[in-house]
Order: sequence, then structure tokens, then C-alpha cells
Amino acid sequence: MDKVAVHPPVMDNPAGRAARGRHLQGFVLQSPAIMLLLLWSVVPLLMTLWYSLRNYNLVDPTQQGFAGINNYWYLLTDPDFMTSLENTAILVGGVLAISVGLGTLLAVLYNEAFAGRGIARVLVISPFFIMPTVAALLWKNLMLHPIYGVYSAMMRAVGLTPIDWLSRYPLATLVMIVAWEWLPFAVLILLTAIQSLDMEQKEAARMDGAGMVAQFINITLPHLSRAITVVIMIETIFLLTIFAEISVTTAGGPGVASTNLAFLIYSRALLQFDVGGASAGGVVAIVVANIVAAFLLRAVARNLET
Amino acid sequence: MARTSTRLRHAAITVLAWGIALWMFFPILWMFLTGFKSEPDALSTPPHFLFHPTLSSYQDVFARENYWHFATNSVVISVMATLVALLVSIPAAYAMAFLPGPRTRMTLLWMLSTRMLPSVGVLVPIYLLARATGLLDSRTGLIVIYMLTNLPITVWMLYTFFREVPVAILEAGRMDGATRWQEVTQVLMPLALPGIASTGLLSLILCWNETFWSLNLTSSIAAPLTTFIASFSSPEGLFFAKLSAASTLAVAPIMVFGWVSQKQLVRGLTFGAVK
Amino acid sequence: MTAAGMLLAGGAQAGGTLTIATVNNGDMIIMKQLSGEFEKAHPDIHLNWVTLEENVLRQRVTTDIATHAGQFDILTIGNYEVPIWARQGWLAELKPGPDYDVNDIVPSVRAGLSVDSRLYALPFYAESVMTYYRTDLFQKAGLTMPQHPTYDQIRTYADRITDRDSQTYGLCLRGKPGWGENMAYVTSLVNTFGGQWFGEGWKPMLDTPEWKAALQWYVSAMKADGPPGATSNGFNENLALFASGHCGIWVDSTVAGGLLFDPRQSHVADRVGFSAAPTGPYGKGPTWLWSWNLAIPASSRHADDARIFIEWATSRTYVQLVAQHEGWVAVPAGTRVSTYDNPDYQKAAPFATFVHSAIDNADPNGQTKQPRSYGGAQFVGIAPFQAIGTQVGQTVAATLSGQMTVEQALGAAQASVSRTMRQSGYLH
Repeated sequence: MDKVAVHPPVMDNPAGRAARGRHLQGFVLQSPAIMLLLLWSVVPLLMTLWYSLRNYNLVDPTQQGFAGINNYWYLLTDPDFMTSLENTAILVGGVLAISVGLGTLLAVLYNEAFAGRGIARVLVISPFFIMPTVAALLWKNLMLHPIYGVYSAMMRAVGLTPIDWLSRYPLATLVMIVAWEWLPFAVLILLTAIQSLDMEQKEAARMDGAGMVAQFINITLPHLSRAITVVIMIETIFLLTIFAEISVTTAGGPGVASTNLAFLIYSRALLQFDVGGASAGGVVAIVVANIVAAFLLRAVARNLET
Repeated sequence: MARTSTRLRHAAITVLAWGIALWMFFPILWMFLTGFKSEPDALSTPPHFLFHPTLSSYQDVFARENYWHFATNSVVISVMATLVALLVSIPAAYAMAFLPGPRTRMTLLWMLSTRMLPSVGVLVPIYLLARATGLLDSRTGLIVIYMLTNLPITVWMLYTFFREVPVAILEAGRMDGATRWQEVTQVLMPLALPGIASTGLLSLILCWNETFWSLNLTSSIAAPLTTFIASFSSPEGLFFAKLSAASTLAVAPIMVFGWVSQKQLVRGLTFGAVK
Repeated sequence: MTAAGMLLAGGAQAGGTLTIATVNNGDMIIMKQLSGEFEKAHPDIHLNWVTLEENVLRQRVTTDIATHAGQFDILTIGNYEVPIWARQGWLAELKPGPDYDVNDIVPSVRAGLSVDSRLYALPFYAESVMTYYRTDLFQKAGLTMPQHPTYDQIRTYADRITDRDSQTYGLCLRGKPGWGENMAYVTSLVNTFGGQWFGEGWKPMLDTPEWKAALQWYVSAMKADGPPGATSNGFNENLALFASGHCGIWVDSTVAGGLLFDPRQSHVADRVGFSAAPTGPYGKGPTWLWSWNLAIPASSRHADDARIFIEWATSRTYVQLVAQHEGWVAVPAGTRVSTYDNPDYQKAAPFATFVHSAIDNADPNGQTKQPRSYGGAQFVGIAPFQAIGTQVGQTVAATLSGQMTVEQALGAAQASVSRTMRQSGYLH
């Protein structure tokens, strides 16, 4: 961990005492949040660790006792475990790519002046307010249903055979649905950031004869880098544990084509009320989350410090 | 010549921007419209864009479930969880921004990483804890959990807002003999208010839409709108109109609220995290 | 202050209130709507409903009862759960009084709710399996549906009826993965093809020629004659498809009869024919028996009030009440002999006698081709089956969507079932 620049060396002099006082105050002010989160993350974590080493099935009390690493063994040797990790990565990566990529372009677009801009902006960000279950039901039944869906009707209208999205391209379709929910968030954040871009800077660039593309690459993008990190960080937190959308649309299938880690834990353990197995899954997921956190958050933090 | 190309460009932008906006909003609009269809109309192929609107689906939904009970729970739980989260995270973010120690950044990262653990893995431990503390199916239980799950995000967002406040202003206040309390309430808060409001709005939206814990920890007394929807999804027989009406009812309050406060959200964000 | 007051109010539990957890199926919605009559007759009992979608409900109710959290006084559970839970001592034994006429309950249904001849739940409605078809399409194609069709015949008929241009699909079957969705149908299909889930000593038997033949029939028929998107079609979706005129033949639960013959819910009410569920090469074996039942957790603090309610909701009087309000075609089916003896019901529901005999002959503990160590017709009556059935259900869906061949799927299914059975201690 690199040092925080403003931190003065602690010495036994008035300044040092002042610094210690500041630390104490800082600690006191932070402690409610830290204690609460410690409690929230440590207590369930310890319980989860304990259960993950035991045979504990809610619906079968005859299974009892110490399980050793059995629960972990069954999860890690599950042929679908790697697939679920891949799917998790694709879901997170795909949605992030769409929301950051498309989000940046849309932010630039909605920053331009045009008639009814205020209303158009509100329409674009609206999907962010939709709860995940509703979004999934809406896309599955009203939009993409191969018989009743609006999209299918449109395809039939132009003489095409409707695509059965959720069984043919389950993961891509999920990425699409989730991106629909989260793209608006990216647009909102990036649009805000773009608005604070110095007009003079842009004007100067235009005077220098820079084209739209050059302006975008040389001025807009660097300016947005911090906002982009914010989007990536907040979205990653939510995308890693996506559950409702999968359970409503594909239930992880067909096969395991759209099963992510959270859903694998659900279908292998929770569905048969195997608390031991689910706990082992929880521990593995925490490890995965921390690996992601270590990589991502460090990069993000560096970007945010500047 | 140049004028024509500018006008062309303007027209292209207008068409593109509106096209995308309508495409993004279309599913919501369609859901809204379907709620006013009769069930046979909702299932017709190809779908009808013109139909005789009827309120029968809404009447059915209201006859089946006590919508206001769920909606009140959603409001109370989201608002309370957000308020408590702000109350806990403002001092923490203040300390991190103005009294940073050697472990501040590490603490922040750790907080955010607690948010990445999948709920399915810890359902049973949490359920047992909730049962032991009598918090099953209580608003307090959900408020506590929502507060905790949103805490990392609110602390972090407030931290970025507070960091934007020039230390010199705070120090000037201190020179005038202001206590720490006055410094926070009279100098910092007014400056950071837009940022605090944005943080609160975001937290409110996230609480409203949380699905896993609300479904698993509540049954009737404290059940919010996410549970309301679970009683309409995949019922026996496929009722698209009723489902759409119920969905519209579940998302309408937060959506209208979002539309109204959208300017505020943006204003706050400009101030801090993304500037 | 107000907020604190609301919090307190949110946490308090009123006295004399029964919390009822139920599924959002049509019959239960009617029960909820008619429950005002019950409250009128019993002013000291207040009812508090928790209506949820089936999967969510099952998870909520199981977690609740297994951790003795005691949030519900009345549970709506299937005949899959009743014996398993009763053996754990989680359910209160029921001894309905003489007015209730417990001998009026259809014997096979009652047997499924009893452990060591003690009754642990009362049936709300019950179903078996049958074949529905469109009489107008059959007539047009010059076909006649036999009383007891075979799967070969079904395939031939479906091929003749399918007309993709008019979005008429010859055959609709469940494809949505889940132990209570596609696997309910597939298990009953496999039984009649001579296959089974487990042999003696809990040895999984999924990589057998019988499973292969059954699945090959299923996949090939659905590819040729099924609607698009079959892997997301469960009971509800197929019901909607058939009722809106998109299906020629549909093999599914008998409970659909009441809905398909009801002109308020079905566009094809006057063109529905029915016959027995098709048979395969083995031709015998258990078919299908499911019931939704009301039970009382052993931990309920309002057990006496709860008994009064479930006896009301599963009584003869309740059936008549539904008939009065919704018409005879909508009464809860499959539970009471007296319903089937009623001439009004026979008139309103032409399929009545037929369904009665289907339920009587479902034979959930009947013999499969090889000896078996488990009970259940379209499911396996052991705790791990929810996970096993759903996982195999996903594999079956993957063959339907063309991601796997039948051989691959059965190989994978055999391996995963063996794994789970070892993990849960059945296999060593």
C-alpha cells in the first residue's frame, strides 16, 4: 500500500501529538462504519467458514458432523465450476464493455444540443430505475418471446424467422438485458463528467484544427477516465453477483450456458438446502471477489487519487 | 454550404439521439401499454399497437394484493436504510477525507470488497442470525441489511465529494474558533449538500430494487414491492397484462421519483465523484 | 418518532392471525378471494396471505420450517414434500373430524400424504397427466385420436398437423428446465419407455437404452413439431400456447382441463379433445400424481385455528362455494370422490370421469421395468431430487436447444447424478 502524502511523521512534539489526536478523532469518526461492516462481514464469514467444513443439510438432519474439505472438493471438482467462472467473467466483462463503450458515445451524443434534449435524456436513463426481476420478466415475455414478443413480431414482419434468443444465445442475451439496466447508469455518470469539461479546451482544440475524432480521443477521453473508473467500480460490484436476472430468464441454462458463480452455488447447494456446500461456495466466491477486488480496486484507487 | 452541413449534422444528431432514447425506453413504454390491454389482446400475434384500453388488469391486481401495504414498506425501508447509511457514513467519509491515516485507503478498499460477496453463499447464516434476533419479516431487519450493503458505496461516494472541498475553507472556519461539530455542520455540509443528496438518491434506488434479501427475509408484514412482483411472476396461465400492470405499479414510484430528482442527481455528481 | 412508531408496528404480530403461505396458481387465488366467507364465519380468526411464485415459495417455506423460524401457520406444499417433512417431524399430524368426511378423499391422493397411515396434509387439488388435442385440426387432417394413443402415433399425428406458416405447432411439451417442469413430463415419459431414475442400492440408471430411446423421441419430435422457444415453455407457457390456438397436441397435467374448457380463458374451448397419456414401449409404470396440499408446521402457535381453516379450504362445502362463485368447471379438481359423483360437475367438465380414473391409476409407488428403491411417479421422493432433477432438467434442455446430443447429455447426467448421490450420502 503506498503512503498517503499528507500523513506527517509521528514524533514526540506538539505537532506529533496533534497528529495523534487527529488520528484518534479520525478513528472515532470512522469506527461506527467500520465496526458495523466488520460485524456484517466477519460474523457471517466465520459462520460460513464453520458451516463449509461441516455436513449440514437443512432438509436432511441425519447428515451431520465434520466434513473436512469435502464440500470444497465437490465444488472445485464440479465440471461446471470453470464454466461458471468463465460465464461470470463474460457477464461482467460484456456488460462493462457495453456500458463504458456505448455509454461514452451516448454521453457525447446527449451532450450535443438538440430539440427536446432534457426529455430524451430522461428516457435514456429510465431503465436504471427498473428492478431486476421486472427487467428480466419484461425482456423475456414482452420483448424477446419467440411467439408473442415484440421483437419477434418485427422480425416476422420483415420476413425473417424470429430468433429464440434465450435458448440460442443465452449468455449474450443476458449480457444484453443486464446492459440495458446498467448502460443508463454509465450514461448518467459520464454525461455529468462531460458537462464539466472545459468548453475553452474544446474550442482551443477546434481552433488547432483537430477533427471530432481527434478531439474525442485527445481531450474528452482523458477527461472521462476518472468517471469511467467510477462506472467500472460500482458496476463490477453489482455484476459479480447477478442472480435475479438469471433465475427469471434462463435458470442458468440451457445446460450451464448461462450459469455464473452465484447461480452455480444456488443450483448445486441451496436448491437442495445443502448449507455446507453453499457455504463452501460462499467462501470460494469471497476468494474470487477478493482477487477481483485486489486487481480492480488498486487500479481504480490509483486513478481516483489523482 | 457550411450552414447546410451544420444543419445536416444537427438533424442527424436529433434523429439519432431521439432514436436511441426511444429504443431504450420502448420496453418500459410497452410494459405500460400492455398493462391496459385485455389478456387476449396482450397475447395476440402480431402484437397490437392500437387496442381498447381497459383497467381490468389493474382492478385484478388491486383485488388480489394489498398494493399500498407493499408500497409503504418499500418507501419506509428504502428511506430509513438510506438515512441511517448517510448518518453512519458521513462521519466516516469526513474522517477519511480530512483526517487520513496510514490505513485509510486500505480501509476504503476493504469496505468495497465486502460488497462483492454473493448473497446466496451466506443466506442460511444470515437467516439464522435474523431468526435469533427476531428480525425475520421485520422492516428493521431489512433496513439494517440494506444499510450495511450500501454502506461501502455511500462512504466511498461521500469520501470523493468531501475531498473536493478545499481544506483551506475548513481551516479558515477553524481559525474563527469553530469547533469540529460547527465545522462539519456549518461549513462542510452546505458545501457538500448536492453530493450528499446524490449519494442518498443512489442509495434509495438501490434499496428499492434489491431483490434477494427482501424475498428471503420477509413474508408479509415487512414485504416490499419486490415480493409483490414475485406473486405475479409465472402464475398458472400466462397473464401478460396482469404482469405488466403489477410491474408498472412496482416500478412507477421510484421511476417518477427518479425523473423528478434526476437534475439533482446530476448536479451532485458534477460536484464530486466524476468531475 | 413517527418512523420509529412505524418500525414497531412493522415488527408486531397481531393475535389470532394465521399466516398462510401459498402459490400464485389460479385455484389458490380463488381460495384467497373466497376466504372472506371464512373470516365472516370465524370472526376471531384473521387471515394473512403470502402469495409467491412456486420456486420462491418452496425456498422460503423450506428454509422457514427447517430452521424452525415459525413464520407461517399454514403451508402450501406438494406431495413431494409432505412425506419427507413428515418423517422429520416438521408437520403436525391431522385428524379431521367426522364432518370432514376424510374417506371422500381420492385414495391414491390420500396415500401420498400419509406416513405410517397417519395423515399430515389435506389435499387442495390434485392432478395426473393426459393428452389434449384440437378436434378441428384432427378433423381437417382426417385423423382420429385413439382413447389410448402410443407415442409413435402421437408423432405421426403431430407431423401431419404442424403448419409453421400459420404458427400451428403439432406438439407442445414442457421444455423449461426444473424438477417440477420438464423433468415431471420427462420422468413420466421415461417410465413408460421402461427407464427409471435409480435401481436398487440407489444406482443411477440414466445411461440406459430406455432413457436414450425416450429422450430421442422427445428431442426429435420437438424439433420437428414443437413451437420455437420450447426450452422456456413450462406448464403456464404451454397452457397459453394451447389456449391461444398454437398447439395441436399437448401432453400435460389434468388440471389444464378446467382452464382449456373454460371459454373465459381459452379461445379453443369448443375444440378441445382429450385422451389418455400416450404409452411407450414398456407401456406400464407410474404415470403422474401431483397434489397441492395444505399442512401445518409442528411449530405453529396457532395450530387449532389453522386446522379449522385447512379443513374449510379442502372441504366439500368449499368445492360448492367455488362452484357457486366461479362455476363448476373451476372447482379444485382431483381431491374428492364426491366432486366426481356430482352431475353438475360432470356436465360442466366433460373430462371429469376421465381425470378421476387417471388419478386413480397414476400408481406413484407402482413398479418400473426394473425393481426400484424409491417412491414417486413423476419425481423421486428423496430430498436431493430438487437439485438432481433441476440439473438433469438443464441437461435435457441443452439437448432440446441443440447444444448437446442425447448421448452426451445422458453421460453428463449420469455422472452428475452419481456425484450428487455420493455427496448426499446415498451412494458410497
